[in-house]
Amino acid sequence: MTSVVPPRVSDTAPGSARIGRTAIGTLVLVAVLAVSVALSLMIGANPLPWHTVWASLTGSGTPDTDFVVQGLRVPRTIAGLVAGAALGVAGALMQAFSRNPLADPGILGVNAGAAFAVALTVALFGIQSSLLLVWPAFLGALVVTVAVALVGSSGRGPADPIRLTLAGVAVGAVLSGITSGMMLSNPDAFDLMRGWNAGSLLGRGVDLILPVVPFIAVGLAVAFVLGRPLNALALGDDLARAQGLPVGAVRVASIAAITVLAGAATALVGPLSFVGLMVPHVVRWIVGPDQRRILPLSALAAPIVVLLADVLGRVIIAPAEVPAGIVTAFVGAPVLIALARRRKASAL
Amino acid sequence: MSDPSRLEARAVSLAYDGTTVVPELSVAIPPGSFTVIIGPNACGKSTLLRGLSRLLAPAAGSVVLDGRDISSYPVKEVARRLGLLPQSALAPDGITVADLVGRGRYPHQSLLRQWSSADEIAVKEALDATGTADLSTRPVDALSGGQRQRVWVAMVLAQQTDLLLLDEPTTYLDVAHQVELMELFAELNARGRTVVAVLHDLNHAARYASHIIAMRDGRIVAEGTPREVITSARVEEVYGLPNVVIDDPVTGGPLVVPLRGGAFAARAAQAAAELDA
Amino acid sequence: MTAVDVGYRRVRVGTLPVRARSLVVGAAVLVAVVVLAVFSLGWGTYPVAPDAVVRTLLGGGDALDTTVVVGWRLPRVLAAVTLGALLAIAGALFQTVTRNPLASPDILGLSNGAFTGMLLTLVFVSGSWPARAGGALIGCLVASVVIWFLSYRGGVQGFRLIVVGIGVSAMLASLNTWMLLQIELETAMFASAWGHGSLNGVTGDALGGVLLCAAPFAIAAFALVPALRQLELGDDMAAASGVRPHLVRTLALLAGVVLVAAATAIAGPIAFVALAAPQIARRLARTPSLSLALSALVGALLLLGSDAVAQHVLPVTLPVGVVTVSVGGAYLIVMIVTEIRRRV
Repeated sequence: MTSVVPPRVSDTAPGSARIGRTAIGTLVLVAVLAVSVALSLMIGANPLPWHTVWASLTGSGTPDTDFVVQGLRVPRTIAGLVAGAALGVAGALMQAFSRNPLADPGILGVNAGAAFAVALTVALFGIQSSLLLVWPAFLGALVVTVAVALVGSSGRGPADPIRLTLAGVAVGAVLSGITSGMMLSNPDAFDLMRGWNAGSLLGRGVDLILPVVPFIAVGLAVAFVLGRPLNALALGDDLARAQGLPVGAVRVASIAAITVLAGAATALVGPLSFVGLMVPHVVRWIVGPDQRRILPLSALAAPIVVLLADVLGRVIIAPAEVPAGIVTAFVGAPVLIALARRRKASAL
Repeated sequence: MSDPSRLEARAVSLAYDGTTVVPELSVAIPPGSFTVIIGPNACGKSTLLRGLSRLLAPAAGSVVLDGRDISSYPVKEVARRLGLLPQSALAPDGITVADLVGRGRYPHQSLLRQWSSADEIAVKEALDATGTADLSTRPVDALSGGQRQRVWVAMVLAQQTDLLLLDEPTTYLDVAHQVELMELFAELNARGRTVVAVLHDLNHAARYASHIIAMRDGRIVAEGTPREVITSARVEEVYGLPNVVIDDPVTGGPLVVPLRGGAFAARAAQAAAELDA
Repeated sequence: MTAVDVGYRRVRVGTLPVRARSLVVGAAVLVAVVVLAVFSLGWGTYPVAPDAVVRTLLGGGDALDTTVVVGWRLPRVLAAVTLGALLAIAGALFQTVTRNPLASPDILGLSNGAFTGMLLTLVFVSGSWPARAGGALIGCLVASVVIWFLSYRGGVQGFRLIVVGIGVSAMLASLNTWMLLQIELETAMFASAWGHGSLNGVTGDALGGVLLCAAPFAIAAFALVPALRQLELGDDMAAASGVRPHLVRTLALLAGVVLVAAATAIAGPIAFVALAAPQIARRLARTPSLSLALSALVGALLLLGSDAVAQHVLPVTLPVGVVTVSVGGAYLIVMIVTEIRRRV
């Protein structure tokens, strides 16, 4: 009788209609993504028209515009693309893997682990440089996720989803308690963490992005390969095994991919709430429950959310900025609530 | 002829989310009968049962219990007169049989009168009647499907109501357990309770019911004794199933035997051929 | 009359049969609470021996002891005991109504709402204690109302409530993070400390006033217990046995919200007590359902113990909420691991 949020398979459109929707959906997403990238390059404290941006990108801009476009906006746009894709796919993987529509990579302890590691590093070593903090954040996310996976593993095979969620909540709680303790007893740590906790694309230069990209690339590759096995897994473990699926291996691979993707993204931009939770839902609504479609489209759709949130953050209280992580919550949560209200009571 | 019906629906319309499932239906449950409601999937038989038991408020018309509109009674009073076993009952993790059956005493308890010897006796009788007394200390989730269903029936029996409504009580049980439960219901009926059950199995209905209500598309298509209702023509009309009806060698009542061949077989042959191609 | 064999020992308390094990566990926890309370009252920069504490509480004892024990420490200890109980009861109510052991005011966003209210008051009104408490109270209640309305669709159903709660909670959390970034460092740290839940500066008057308002709802919660037990059987079965599921759920949630709001007004949002105490109590007594009384006792012990640790054991004084989160999480981990071993 006890259960964490019960899983449901969402409604689907009939076969041929779905292919049509997928094709149109993909085109629309690519177009919107292009627009988002353009907006991200154009908008800011110093708004630039597109031809100026283009000039700067093609090498014929002035030193001033080059500084803004190439020095500031291109890196942050790339960070948004990379982190967004990673979070979107990680979220889709998480939901498919745990058969839980409310699953978010953060449940595995990614955010808690990264925050803990960052706070610890600042408290112990006084390091404040973002570049140096990427590594502890990544490492923290990885270690904690593995720990959660171990705690959550039961005799039923590695990583039973329900137990995993509980384990994530528990480990996350312990870590957040210790992190808070560190923050509250060390003003430097507090100051840095309150900024890091917001999740932002600001100041994420190419030097920060480059180390993370290989991990995200590998994670995405593994994720796309898992599309078909995850479809089989959605039918339930027994049925999947009957089809010859190595359930345990698929689970382990999924967690590994989720960990690397979410860990790398969080290490790069901090915790961006709701992206991983919300984007797969919307994608699923468009293209149906086929993971081979959901995963790539999530990789396209999530960066849109991140970039637009970032752009919005630049605009709302210009010239100051609202960090993207805060905007995503205000964008994502209403979508989630609308989803919960729109369908029948227990389905999502 | 006999006592007036204790439970009736008068021109009742039942709807879910704005869609009318049962339009303007009137039916009176014969007192002391074993009434079985049959019909194809989604014909509204469970909906009718929910409407009769106050689980679903009618969009139009009224349900009358013991001469009064059922919605005019306090909720606990209804539960003291009418017991319902719905399809979707959950047992808390680890609860023992005796405790679960004890929950059936709720309508007779209040803040001032929490647990008395009357409750104790009722639970004991319910356990004895369903043959689950020796299971009383075991956790419900450790029981087999048949045992668990008997425990749920015991819980409803502990309510000590004269009217017993059962929503598909034998689904998911193997044939031996199904028969066991049907015999139990027949026994309870013989001892004075009015039983109303929604059943899938036509032949169970034919064997045990004293009164059958056949539904299709939210309307009552036929009503009467098994002999009157369960005819080959009627079964085909209600279910779309080609069949013959013979005499049951054990009870003498009607026994429905579906035909092989015919439209179903033709469709199946074509589908199989397409799969092979 | 032969009694029914229920498989466990029962004891009659008035007209109610109570599980013997529950009674024993309850008594043990109660004793633990009393002992810990006496020790907490004697612990600190001015230590007072346990027998002196007891004497002082009973009216004897010298003036200095009385000042320290009754004047300084007693309000705090009483607050820990009563607030722990209130939070635990609220948690048990939420978990029973939603049929989900992870449902708690923290997850549903009430704590974040309280913090939002408190931050807004801090920034725009004043930083005084009554202002903070009032802000937290209003924030908590407003968040509850918003969540209620957003999840209401012909009634409130467990799953939708949790989802809406998570959504609102996330928005409020982001808002809080944003506000913390805007105010200056020192104020931010101070606000954050209170935002974790702290029993610093709790006065007897404030505590008494809030408890007076919360007491009727706590009593109402206990009155709802039989109906809540029926609700565990599913809405249909509950309705069939004479319960109005929607009404009972609404009342239970209302009571839960008020209890949380009361506790949060005094001490800020204390995490995990509402989540963990009912589950711990259930496992100690091995009951299939959550027990309000036992949860309250465990909650009192949990909060009292956490405050003792926060004040005296750690190298740095931290808000009690930081300890409850860590302790609660650790307990959950132990629970998961041992349960796994048992099931395997």
